[in-house]
Amino acid sequence: MRIVLTVNGAVREVDVAPVARLLDVIRETLGLTGTKEGCGEGECGACTVLLDGTPVNSCLVAAAQCAGRSVVTVEGLGSAERLSALQEELVSHGGAQCGICTPGVLVSAAALLSRGGVPTDAEVREALAGNICRCTGYQKIVDGVRAAAVRNAAAARGAS
Amino acid sequence: MAPVVGQAVPRVDGPAKASGSARYVDDLTRPGMLFGATLRSPVPRGRLLGVDRDPSFDWSGVTVVTAADVPVNVVATIERDQPVLAAGEVRHVAEPIALVACEDRLRLERALAHLTPRIEPLPAVLTIGEALEARTAIHGADNVMKRYAITKGRGRDGLTGCEVVVTGRYETGAQEHVYIEPQGMLAWWEGDDAHVVGSLQCPYYVQKGIKTVFGLADDGVDVTQATTGGGFGGKEEYPTVVALHALLLARKSGRPVKLVYGRKEDVEATTKRHPSVVEITTGCDRDGTFRAFAARVVFDGGAYVTLTPVVLSRGALHATGPYRWDDVSVEALAVATNTPPNGAFRGFGAPQTQWAVERHVDRIARTLDLDPLDLRLRNLLRSGDTTATGQLLAESVGAQRCADEATWASGYRNRRGAGPVVAGRTARGVGVACFWHGAGFTGSGERYLKGRVAVDLLPGGQARIRTASTDIGQGTETVFRQIAADALGVPMASVDFAIPSTRVVPDSGPTVASRTVMVVGSIVEAAARELAERVGREAERSGSTRAEAHERLAGTPALATCEKQYEPPPGLAWDDATYTGDAYPVFGWGCDVAEVEVDLDTFETKVTGFWTAVDVGRAIHPVLCAGQVEGGTLQAIGWALTEKLVTRGGKVLNPRMTDYIVPTSLDAPPFTTLLVEEPYSRGPGGGAKGVGELPMDGGAPAIAAAVEHATSLVLDRLPLLPEDLFEASGAARSGGGPA
Repeated sequence: MRIVLTVNGAVREVDVAPVARLLDVIRETLGLTGTKEGCGEGECGACTVLLDGTPVNSCLVAAAQCAGRSVVTVEGLGSAERLSALQEELVSHGGAQCGICTPGVLVSAAALLSRGGVPTDAEVREALAGNICRCTGYQKIVDGVRAAAVRNAAAARGAS
Repeated sequence: MAPVVGQAVPRVDGPAKASGSARYVDDLTRPGMLFGATLRSPVPRGRLLGVDRDPSFDWSGVTVVTAADVPVNVVATIERDQPVLAAGEVRHVAEPIALVACEDRLRLERALAHLTPRIEPLPAVLTIGEALEARTAIHGADNVMKRYAITKGRGRDGLTGCEVVVTGRYETGAQEHVYIEPQGMLAWWEGDDAHVVGSLQCPYYVQKGIKTVFGLADDGVDVTQATTGGGFGGKEEYPTVVALHALLLARKSGRPVKLVYGRKEDVEATTKRHPSVVEITTGCDRDGTFRAFAARVVFDGGAYVTLTPVVLSRGALHATGPYRWDDVSVEALAVATNTPPNGAFRGFGAPQTQWAVERHVDRIARTLDLDPLDLRLRNLLRSGDTTATGQLLAESVGAQRCADEATWASGYRNRRGAGPVVAGRTARGVGVACFWHGAGFTGSGERYLKGRVAVDLLPGGQARIRTASTDIGQGTETVFRQIAADALGVPMASVDFAIPSTRVVPDSGPTVASRTVMVVGSIVEAAARELAERVGREAERSGSTRAEAHERLAGTPALATCEKQYEPPPGLAWDDATYTGDAYPVFGWGCDVAEVEVDLDTFETKVTGFWTAVDVGRAIHPVLCAGQVEGGTLQAIGWALTEKLVTRGGKVLNPRMTDYIVPTSLDAPPFTTLLVEEPYSRGPGGGAKGVGELPMDGGAPAIAAAVEHATSLVLDRLPLLPEDLFEASGAARSGGGPA
């Protein structure tokens, strides 16, 4: 079946098998391999993407359900050459080690930061509870996300 | 040029990883590529009579590989006991029996379901206890794979006449690595040359495995590391198996084959941390001065030997903890069971024995009614002391400083002195653990390994490091560039790091044993220094600038490259026969303080604070170094509180992330990480020591001590699940000891 959806701001028309997961369409049909598969059953969060602004495990979403909807993947947050404040702060605070959970962490954190303001440590931990990281111990991820929120808030004040 | 060692410079691979452009093995494809899958044993032990193909299934376009297709059916590690594919017998559940490949993944699953192994089950040995009883023999007559004995002074006889003798028994369970990227390899052949790219720690281990099976020379094999999504030891020896399987399918089908495990398959089939039983008897003076230490250490090696002898060795060498003992006897043995081979996992045997000794030190403190910290401080190793193997600790002994810093920062004494804080249904307590970890290979290991590194001068003022030490998230690419940049006197941006590929990089030895920065980093530094000297001499000789001299050397192949081999520190002496001498070039030291809150109704334990001080010699990159410490500590916390591998009949009952539970951001405590620097004279960058495994050693005993402080429940078996605390509380109420 053919569906039309918006991916990282671009309208895409794709042919999907009835059983295809959103994850398969993103990775294989669209070639956006930044979204990772760590468990295939919604536990690890490596495949997190935004669906109409809400973080979802793309391994648990049927692609066919995404017709007419908007998807944002890690590639939509910023490229290697032009990282967003969130991507930059996560890296500089040591929040990315092996990197396999990083795309999902960033997408979940982006949803949190889109609400504005500077979240507390507890709020960041709550927002990232569905993203398993086996490398960092999380403290440095929390620090990076909060630093990005501070930067974004300063930028917003500067712009207003 | 301002030095970059010691600075938190931007992580080199950060932008690629944060933007999703870094390529892991499952992100790679090749034209005509097939997908592979593995048929595995459903039983722990049996005679393998054959593999039946359902004749009603359409097998066209499906490649099937069995043991008959394997040229030399051996996974070459220490012993040659493990087959690439089972032949004649199966020795554990999930042992690989056959392989299939085809273009379409749905059809692949169906093909696998239409392939059935014919097995006549045999009685299996599933636990350490059953192995020691040896009613069923699966390895020799006694099921013992390996034995070591360490003796110092009068050995066990030292217990005689001690004022206070204390005995205890301590156990740990299996632990799964749960690297978030499962195992995977992409393989293809070009003529007779084998190519694999994939998720791995040790390119030359994989190369050796491939050479053995296919009878190839070094240059007939190309093993390349893809960006690797975590390893923690789980990608030390196992990737060789995945690579061999993918290559066998590629050879028979004539097509590239990608073999990536699903999570369930990965948990069921791959290595785990060795389960252990450790019995300790100690003698000390009434004032708490340690005198004699005797231990019997038993590890479960699983169905094949793989790396078990080396893991056991490290376990035995760390069994005394970071303490002074006059007399020592450690008897260590590994037994065979019909479970998947247990293997390398961060800490490599040392966390098991240090769990035991730290719990035992708490037991001594209880017996003597001494404060557990005071007892430790009285006996911690200092410069000038000797270890169980007679090794003189000449330098870089930060045990005391770590204990001081961690206990000071956490306010341990006040919290401990005030007693447990009980509020409503929760009880809060603190616990302390001290630990050590030998950096680099054990004994003569580095001497045999002869690790090598090359550094090249390239045109345009550039340089390149070539090493088989892989970055699996620890930050090797960044840290090696820092070391080389300072040694060469160039900006970090001028130094490249070659993708580890066996046709490009020399064999630096494996990426294991907390040896990457300390051992291989020192070779990087030595090679870069020599090149800097060459540039200096050339500039002087020709009266040109260093930049001009660099360009001239870069254009002269004979002078552009410096390849160096590791030179073990002079004077190190190790005797494998007696297990005496210098077990490691140097040790890392640490102290952890954990604060926990135990729910007295549900017996859930939450770690509410964690302070860790570790002596790393010199932190080349403070942020990455602290990242190693915090990540390793959280793995220890998971091992302590949630990670329990449940098996029945040799089969894993919880092979998913739904029921094998690793800590989330809500389970992890806030970390206070203190990097203590007692420089090691032979370490790179001004004295760096190994750090990767050290943080795995202290978390579990610190938590058990904190639980004990909060609840008075004494637990000596990991993990500490709510049901274990509940059971212990019942035993305590009914007047008995813990079960």
